[in-house]
Amino acid sequence: MVNLTIDGRKVEVEEGTTVLKAAEKLGIKIPTLCYFEALTPQGACRLCVVEIVGGARRGLSASCAYVAEEGLEVRTDSKRVIEARKLVIELLLLRCPDVPKLQELAEEIGIDRARYERFKPEEEKCILCGLCVRVCQELMHVGAINFVNRGSSRKVSPPFDEYSSVCVTCGACEVVCPTGAINLDEITKNIPRPIKADFDERLATRPSIYLTFPQAVPKVPVIDRQTCMHFLNDACGACESFCGPKAIKYDQEDEVRELDVGSVILAPGFELTNPSLKDEYGYNRYPNVVTSMEFERILSASGPYQGHIQRPSDQSGPEKVAWIQCVGSRDNSCDKGYCSSVCCMYATKEAIIAKEHSPDIKPTIFYMDIRAHGKGFDQYYERARDDYGVRYIQCQISKIVEKPKSKNLIIAFIDKEGKVVEEEFDLVVLSLGMTPSTSSRELAEKLGIETDSYGFCQTDSLNPVKTSRPGVFVCGSFEAPKDIPETVSQASGSAAFASELISEARGTLICEEEFSPERDISGEEPRIGVFVCHCGINIGGVVDVPAVKEYAKSLPHVAYVDENLYTCSQDTQTKIKEVIKENNLNRVVVASCTPRTHEPLFQKTIREAGLNKYLFEMANIRDQCSWVHMDKKEEATKKAKDLVRMAIAAASYVEPLQEQELSVTKRALVVGGGASGMAAALGLADQGFEVALVEKEKELGGNLRHLHYTLRDDGIQTYMQSLIERVKNHPLILVITDGVIVDFTGFKGNFKTGIMAGPGMAYRQIEHGVTIIATGGEEYKPEEYLYGQDKRVMTQQELEGKIVRDEINLGHVNEVVMIQCVGSRIPERPYCSRLCCSAAIKNALKIKEKNPQSRVFILYRDIRTYGLLEDYYTKARKAGIIFIRYDLEEKPQVKIEKGALQVEVDDPALGERVVLNPQLLVLSSAIVPRENEELATLMKLQRTQEGFFLEAHMKLRPVDLATEGIYLCGLAHSPKPLDESLSQAAAAVSRACTLLAHDTVSVGGMVARVDGEKCAVCLTCVRVCPYDVPFINEEGVAQIDAAKCQGCGSCAAECPGKAIQLQHCEDKQIIAKSIALFKVEAV
Amino acid sequence: MRLSYPTNIKIIKLPCTGKIDVLYLLKAFENGADGVYVAGCMEGDCHYLTGNLRARKRVEYAKKILDEVGIGGERLAMYNMSAAQGPRFVEVANEMTERIKELGPSPIKRKSTVKGSK
Repeated sequence: MVNLTIDGRKVEVEEGTTVLKAAEKLGIKIPTLCYFEALTPQGACRLCVVEIVGGARRGLSASCAYVAEEGLEVRTDSKRVIEARKLVIELLLLRCPDVPKLQELAEEIGIDRARYERFKPEEEKCILCGLCVRVCQELMHVGAINFVNRGSSRKVSPPFDEYSSVCVTCGACEVVCPTGAINLDEITKNIPRPIKADFDERLATRPSIYLTFPQAVPKVPVIDRQTCMHFLNDACGACESFCGPKAIKYDQEDEVRELDVGSVILAPGFELTNPSLKDEYGYNRYPNVVTSMEFERILSASGPYQGHIQRPSDQSGPEKVAWIQCVGSRDNSCDKGYCSSVCCMYATKEAIIAKEHSPDIKPTIFYMDIRAHGKGFDQYYERARDDYGVRYIQCQISKIVEKPKSKNLIIAFIDKEGKVVEEEFDLVVLSLGMTPSTSSRELAEKLGIETDSYGFCQTDSLNPVKTSRPGVFVCGSFEAPKDIPETVSQASGSAAFASELISEARGTLICEEEFSPERDISGEEPRIGVFVCHCGINIGGVVDVPAVKEYAKSLPHVAYVDENLYTCSQDTQTKIKEVIKENNLNRVVVASCTPRTHEPLFQKTIREAGLNKYLFEMANIRDQCSWVHMDKKEEATKKAKDLVRMAIAAASYVEPLQEQELSVTKRALVVGGGASGMAAALGLADQGFEVALVEKEKELGGNLRHLHYTLRDDGIQTYMQSLIERVKNHPLILVITDGVIVDFTGFKGNFKTGIMAGPGMAYRQIEHGVTIIATGGEEYKPEEYLYGQDKRVMTQQELEGKIVRDEINLGHVNEVVMIQCVGSRIPERPYCSRLCCSAAIKNALKIKEKNPQSRVFILYRDIRTYGLLEDYYTKARKAGIIFIRYDLEEKPQVKIEKGALQVEVDDPALGERVVLNPQLLVLSSAIVPRENEELATLMKLQRTQEGFFLEAHMKLRPVDLATEGIYLCGLAHSPKPLDESLSQAAAAVSRACTLLAHDTVSVGGMVARVDGEKCAVCLTCVRVCPYDVPFINEEGVAQIDAAKCQGCGSCAAECPGKAIQLQHCEDKQIIAKSIALFKVEAV
Repeated sequence: MRLSYPTNIKIIKLPCTGKIDVLYLLKAFENGADGVYVAGCMEGDCHYLTGNLRARKRVEYAKKILDEVGIGGERLAMYNMSAAQGPRFVEVANEMTERIKELGPSPIKRKSTVKGSK
């Protein structure tokens, strides 16, 4: 190491460090022009001159090339240095007066007028620093350019002033040139080929070293070896020089690792269907025909157009945008007979977002059927149509024609009157479907698992996550196309089965972290350690970090201050721990990036140094300062000081908090003994946990008792019997039939539920750690279409029962009419019941099978045979089942004419009113939740308007309820077919296991606490708490259970007596921040 | 996104806007804030169910008090935005800064300056 002094400040640097780098370490900025980190310094521009005042060679010297020596004394701010730099800039400015960079430098150093006459009249940008020449030669090993001529004719050029034939168009010269003098077009005729960014659907470009996508995990850049100059030409290596923590390793190789596992989950996802399969839409020929994924990127703020909606052809803002649905879905002409399930909703979403972004946009969606079969989806679709003015036109589009000049696109379609209309659009989006990727097909082959004819993984409806090979499970769109909620449910479901197989090994192969005991800091004055981070150049490049550090020293209670290049690096953690011990610190403030990503790391570090993890505060000087005030360096530094002052003020008040470890009752309560409830109970019991299964009815089975066959399986009753047998005989399952839940207390890990059961309604209490709600749903009993008045009118479920029990002689039935959406998708019940379309097709096919001569009509609004169910819709049409569409405004008319049933409906395909005389009228009736209000009140669970239970997050936490430790599955969540209910039951098992697998749960920390002395028992907190946690205890004051409190602080904010404080977010901490912010002198 | 917004915006983090106390709002003005705004989740999207709705009520109440004491309720505002709305955050930051610049320094500060000069 070498010690030197710069501007009177001492610094220690490694041997070989230049004066420039040493000054940088001190935060002293020296201006440079010809300096580039990855190149040997040349000292050509002379702007970086400093004065050597103590050392071997005194006088002015270029700091970029001067290697620090022991005892060297340097001034960067002496008069001689300033004068020399002024002269350099003045002379450069004479040569190149129009270069903004030089003008800026001139302004900074205080030159307002040049003292000399210009001698070169023509425009010149090149300062002859030679950086481009060096980069081309030294770094890229190409040597396409060099200096030519002498004296005033000196310039940078390829040999003989001709276009270079050796230039590889890497563009490095353009990038490094400090004055923008280099133009690649003047150097070579070779055309540069920018690298297309795959994540941006090739609409934008990227460098050779890049982050694959913004949310990548781990979030580290990768090098594209196909385009990187280092790998192509053994050249460049600039990234290695620039990387502060030295993380770049060019010699890393792919390695093959072998893992011993007990089970495997396949989640390889999907690929988009190739738009070229539908050549008639001109995807590759017309620039303004884009795929839905491309449009998704166009909408994104981090996308190719920064979120401005533009046409690829001319970057203009489109007004009329059309979406064409089912491109490569529901299309046997390209072997994609299935429905991709998600495109109707994503097109609707894209249309809404586009409209929100540019209100002038007029979106039109051309569709076959709108498939909004998910929870809450129909309401979303209706909002798009009615509130956002998205135009939905039911028509298959056969081709798109481009107008050559405007590049607008003409779409011909059939309007409501049945006429062919042509309309011009500015932009057309192709809603592409999902298809299994080539690599997942290969994977399936390697693993020896079966796939279907489309390449999706083969499963059966009673084992929706099991592949054909035992121990290998599947989830997501490799199983079938599906939306996010089903994907996430299925993922948890596959985890349940995968972990069940290896449940015996649970808890082994774990390394427990051990911490030394916490230091007791009670009674100590605050001694705060402050660590200010440069974050490489992320903070240091904008905020004057040394100044912030110096400032922090002056603040009260601050006992230690330091700055770090990367405060989060491993060696800094070690240093922080040492510093805490050496200086006896009792609180730590880190001024750096954001608590969102780094608070846990620093909390762990201080805990390892013996401090309670709550003795920590963070000042967000990157995300909330340097990143958002890049062009205001001085103000940013001032703000960083403010933020640090605020954090220190709050830190003086933070107290250690103890989290309590409570034991977990390793037992589950499952409410509901239908398919989902039984599957969940069995799943948990097979994992080795005790289960109490409560069923309201006298027997188990629920809706399953009425289900005899599905589109894929016939043996449902056999399956049910085996399920019931297994549940009843499982040693770990306690079945309580005829049971009603009457009370419920406790919190995650420790619930207590009171149940009245049996003929005598005997009361018993169950203690359990988790709760699974599987209360189910039931078929709505219609009031419309003469149901209940005429025996020939029945529901699908009733028809199924009659067919199975041979109560109908189908041989004598010539004509059957089925009406869809009875009780669904109407104003009183605006949701889609999801399974009635397939139920109707299932029964219609059954009728056709038994009596091929019969005529079956299905009157529908949209056929929603999503995913692989679409094949059965195709099969039904091939079997001669007739589908007639009707609108909500013009429902079919049902009456009795001369003793016969008569159904009248307008057939839009024929353009005529059709009169049918069926012997059977089957109503596809809605699925409604079972009576669950009482349970919801007892357990304080949220429900949707329709009475289904409401999950914590529609997409990402589909089986969790807002209260921790309570999970949801089956029809109680929303209408769904058997396979999806079973999948969801497995998901609930998996989620429940995450809690049951632990011996203890940790509660407390940032929760509300009542000071009984101050409590006036006004009940405000009891009313305010969204989770009904506060209660009045035996001592007559409010009490808040730490285990139940979610830490929102609403009670603390409204308590009139200020008897409640939210720990770690106490009033004095918040107010201290506010005082520190405004009253600089008060601190 | 790193969208730029004025440096005079300084954020005090709370677990939920439901934790906003009328006291914090008034104290901020007492300490010398020229403007304060509360940024909460979209209505109906509160992670803690109803925190942002309660916050709005308290902000409205504090605005009334500010009007009564002569500071002016227009210096206080409540905005709803989601974590995915970076551009909206910037829009609000600019809007609020503009509004406060038009209103000038808080009367509390003006008064104390006069006192100080005496």
